[in-house]
Amino acid sequence: MRDSKPPSVEHVVQMRHIYKSFGTVQALSDVHFELRRGEILSLLGENGSGKTTLMNTLAGIYFPDAGEIIVNGNPVAICKPKDAFDLKIGMVHQHFKLVDVFSATENIVLGLPGGRTINRRALSKHVQEIAEQYGFEIDPDKKIYDMSVSEKQTVEIIKALYRGADILILDEPTAVLTPQETDKLFDIMRAMKKNNKSIILITHKLNEVLAVSDRVTVLRKGEYIDTVITKDATIQSLTDMMVGRPVSLAIDRPAAEEIKPILSIEALTALNPDGARALDDVTFKAYGGEILGVAGISGSGQRELCEAIAGLYPVIGGAILYRNEVNGQEVDENLVGLNPNEIVRKGVALAFVPEDRLGMGLVPSLDMVDNIMLKSYRKNKGIFVDRKSPRQIAERLVEELMIVTPDVFTPVRKLSGGNVQKVLVGREIDAAPHLLMVAYPVRGLDINSSHTIYHLLNQQKMKGVAVIFVGEDLDVLMEISDRLLVMSDGRVTGIVDPRVTSKQDIGLLMLGQSRHQEKGADAV
Amino acid sequence: MNVLNIIINWLNAAVLAGAPLLLATSGEILTEKSGNLNLGVEGQMYMGAIAGLAGAWFAEQWFGVGGMIPLLAAVLFAFIMGCISGLIYAVLTVTLRANQNVTGLTLAIFGTGFGKFFGEVLGHKAHGYVAVGAETKAVFGNISVGKLAELPVVGTLFFKYNWMVYFALIIAFVMGWFLNRTRKGLSLRAVGESPGTADSAGINVTRYKYIATVVGGGLCGLGGMYMAMVNQKGIWVTECVSGYGWLAIVLVIFSTWSPLRAIYSSIIFGGLTVMYMRVPIPGLPRAIYMMFPFIATIIVLIITSIRQSKEHAQPASTGLNYYREER
Amino acid sequence: MTKSAINEHTSPAEQLALTVEPPSCPIPKEPLIRMTKRGSISTAQKVFVYVVSFLSALLVGAFMLLAIGKNPLLAYRDMVVGSFGSSIYLGETIRLAIPLLIAGVAVGFAFKMKFWNIGAEGQILAGGIFCSYLVIHSINNGNYWGKVPLHLVMIILAMAGGALFGFLPAYFKTKWGTNETLFTLMLNYIAIQYVIYLQSLRSWQHPQSTFPKILDFAGPTDNRIMLPRLFGVHIGWVFALAIAITAYFYLTKTKHGYEIAVVGDSLNTARYAGMNTRWIQIRTLLISGAICGFAGYLQVAGANHTLTETTAGGIGFTAITVAWLSKLNPFIMIPISVFIAMLQKGSLFIQMTMGIPASAAELLTGLILFFMLGSEFFIQYRLVFRGTHRAPVRELKEEAGV
Repeated sequence: MRDSKPPSVEHVVQMRHIYKSFGTVQALSDVHFELRRGEILSLLGENGSGKTTLMNTLAGIYFPDAGEIIVNGNPVAICKPKDAFDLKIGMVHQHFKLVDVFSATENIVLGLPGGRTINRRALSKHVQEIAEQYGFEIDPDKKIYDMSVSEKQTVEIIKALYRGADILILDEPTAVLTPQETDKLFDIMRAMKKNNKSIILITHKLNEVLAVSDRVTVLRKGEYIDTVITKDATIQSLTDMMVGRPVSLAIDRPAAEEIKPILSIEALTALNPDGARALDDVTFKAYGGEILGVAGISGSGQRELCEAIAGLYPVIGGAILYRNEVNGQEVDENLVGLNPNEIVRKGVALAFVPEDRLGMGLVPSLDMVDNIMLKSYRKNKGIFVDRKSPRQIAERLVEELMIVTPDVFTPVRKLSGGNVQKVLVGREIDAAPHLLMVAYPVRGLDINSSHTIYHLLNQQKMKGVAVIFVGEDLDVLMEISDRLLVMSDGRVTGIVDPRVTSKQDIGLLMLGQSRHQEKGADAV
Repeated sequence: MNVLNIIINWLNAAVLAGAPLLLATSGEILTEKSGNLNLGVEGQMYMGAIAGLAGAWFAEQWFGVGGMIPLLAAVLFAFIMGCISGLIYAVLTVTLRANQNVTGLTLAIFGTGFGKFFGEVLGHKAHGYVAVGAETKAVFGNISVGKLAELPVVGTLFFKYNWMVYFALIIAFVMGWFLNRTRKGLSLRAVGESPGTADSAGINVTRYKYIATVVGGGLCGLGGMYMAMVNQKGIWVTECVSGYGWLAIVLVIFSTWSPLRAIYSSIIFGGLTVMYMRVPIPGLPRAIYMMFPFIATIIVLIITSIRQSKEHAQPASTGLNYYREER
Repeated sequence: MTKSAINEHTSPAEQLALTVEPPSCPIPKEPLIRMTKRGSISTAQKVFVYVVSFLSALLVGAFMLLAIGKNPLLAYRDMVVGSFGSSIYLGETIRLAIPLLIAGVAVGFAFKMKFWNIGAEGQILAGGIFCSYLVIHSINNGNYWGKVPLHLVMIILAMAGGALFGFLPAYFKTKWGTNETLFTLMLNYIAIQYVIYLQSLRSWQHPQSTFPKILDFAGPTDNRIMLPRLFGVHIGWVFALAIAITAYFYLTKTKHGYEIAVVGDSLNTARYAGMNTRWIQIRTLLISGAICGFAGYLQVAGANHTLTETTAGGIGFTAITVAWLSKLNPFIMIPISVFIAMLQKGSLFIQMTMGIPASAAELLTGLILFFMLGSEFFIQYRLVFRGTHRAPVRELKEEAGV
């Protein structure tokens, strides 16, 4: 397991006995890593396994507590990003490192030596030349804030190449791309490999590992597990290594007994702060007893849709009709124009797990008890808050969902990502909703926690709750959803039955190639 | 004709009053471009004011001459003291990651106390009150640019100022060029917009933040020195900075982080601060009239907050400290 | 490289010592000092850090005193003597601490919401101006109310004035995000100018005086406007304590306090929870301003019996120091405000006894806050020096519950 082969010229990077801790969290512990010249190596691991941390130590973002890094046969210390690209190591981070108000060229040449003044025209020309050499399409003078996600990614890759990177680290590059864009990226990666560049692909998606890489290195919980040749690996063998025990990857899709209409969205339209349409004529229905998946490239209006329904995003047209029971009579209540508090007062049982957990769903520096009562603190009479019942709920949730925390009085920002999400989902489900919206509920969670969440969602569905699941992993969405709604550029480009639709077709819808809405799918 | 005269003289006075604002605004723009929101300008100007005056006064005592030597001493002392004040801020916020707002406010309190404290100490030393000699006063007075100054209207408007007015203008132009045209300027702006990006592009974020904040502080110090040496004619007055430091922070917003736009905005605000002396409005009590610049400031703040723009906005990371290993 | 020496039994630290030899081609070295986040810190360590920073501040202050040729030890001793040495001095110190404590509580409310209100100065003055209008009106009309109704209406007016000055910046901040720091600051200047304007009015001056100064309220109202004394100090201190204690419970036990905490931490979460964030901010600033206005009333009725442009006299700024040094906890503000008042009273004393300018108080306050701000770093982070690698211990993992 611990190979200590002598340094060989074949290896462009060797990392040995790498340790790194953050506060009390040991992120990396005695990790080994080797990269050969001209190969594509997948660095595989669950969220929280230390993949990104390891690569950040190679890119000069983190300095390891202990360990040795050898590049091209020489031991090196990489203290800062500059040291990394002096060694011709370039990293494309998952959260792009770009200055929004700068143009592509300005971002690409940023920090490089050269003349005292900037000749923007000459530099743009040079950038254009490099882009053409590798087959990228780019407008060098376009500002980053005007760019789509995949354009930004292109800028990032060119930025690394412009700096002469021979070793390129790509951190989860496909998370934000459509299947088609992913294929294009893989083609470019293969072209770079032919150019004798070495590429590290950080990912947790097994099919990508198998599709593009030569070898796979697996990390688990901050420890090195093994490196295998991709050809000899299977999805199951890689999963077992990644999780550490045989797991079933299948996600259930139980059928509910009864399906009843709960939410009906009609021609919903909303503007973003720039005046463009964030939601454009969105129409669909959500039923109790089913999970409606929502797919799309990030920023296609998913966030605005959820927030609009929750009363957090201003709407300029259309209707949000919620089937409510008032004095035993069923009425369709229009939620447009109501704020979250008014929605609650109307008796609408709506729960919402937003994408930005600590920025919107929870209060990071308050403890679990105070976070549990976030939506219910008004219920008791008088001017004082009642912390008794939220405390009981908190203690119950800790037990039921196996939340790891010293006690319920620890600020939630001190909990790990998975536990934070359990607090949030637990609180929302505890309110016994009829409509449950979850946005990217498993982002950053390990497989175990993810499956806990899927299980909770299915449980809610079986109880007759209408679940709207906004996700980024198309495979998961296709497995768990009863119907799948695809958004592009604020519009609904299709509502399909995931059992009978191909991934490629959904990819086209994500790119905005609307097809005629299939009435059959909409009616379940 | 009389009205025209009033207006011309008013504009002349506006430029004179605007120059220290321009220096401090340029300094604060430089600081904010690095992502540091330094609210301590008022204190920094006080520190520069007392250091400049002390420098000139001691130079007179030691060398026994007035004029150029005290002038150089004033400039040097004020700039260095301003740099020190910027350094205090940088150490606390960049290295020790203290809250920028509170650090800035503390610097304002500390610097004001510093100015008053040493102003009084200097007063004791000078047996009464501190004042520089006539010769030194003269080198800070208005210079007339030869025959040009005698031209009607144009002469008064452009060629009858003290040297620091022209100096402030040059600083603003140079800074505009630096920020927009040079590689280092681009790097500095990147540090202020997104330190993580700048860092991963190989820019030394800490160094840029330090240098910008220290030099920015030095310029604020010079602005304070102007208040003491030009406005108060080299006499220590306890209230000599009187809110100009705060106005400079407003002007940074008003000129949307551009040193070139700071030129006209500082002249406008300079004009407002002297308006009550130059443009009499019958029946308006003087104390009420003197509120004008403050009311105007509030109006400017409101208007600039209403119209938002991506390009002409505060550098995105302003107010936040950067730690590479944060996660 | 002596790789063969490594086996499974060597501890990671030992392995490290064996493997990390000086590189043959020393490209960049490990940084001399770097910092990592601390896991946790004990209370004793915390107190130690604070005490060291406080003493360092005094040390730097001592150097400044030495620089002007004064004996710092004598100066510090005299400051303590001059503020606590006799019951009269003590009373003076308490009198200075009253508005500091009240204004500290008030700005603490706003700071808790990350609303950088530096307008306590103006809010205090606004309170003073509003309640002085009633007094002047009474004097000019010979219309003397009884003591209790007079004071009640004065309090209401003062609080309304302060609240108005708190409301304006909050309204625009919540509407368009207008910068509240500068807005509140400008209101300070406007309030001061307005007092100067009032001083120039004939009807506000003493009939025999030609000096632009507002008359002393005590005589013309038969001392009605003077607050009673308790233990030698006007009873403002009872109010101040009551305000601090009430504020503590308001912040920690009430729904309003909970809302302030949520809004201060994350505006988006507050919106998500259905809170009316705009109203919460405006409401809190109304309260904050009203409390400052009350301090203004105490200044007029308790301390000065008149209104001058220095009625607030920097209290608004010093209150920021009080609030921040107390970590926004109203209870802790009680001793801190007395301490800062001690610095101020002590500085006045050493001005008399040693000829040291009284602005030494501002200087020292600034220094102490500088050092306290800097000390937070040593509580959050730990420094690692080159070559002193912390052995990567496995116990850490268990501690973290991984």
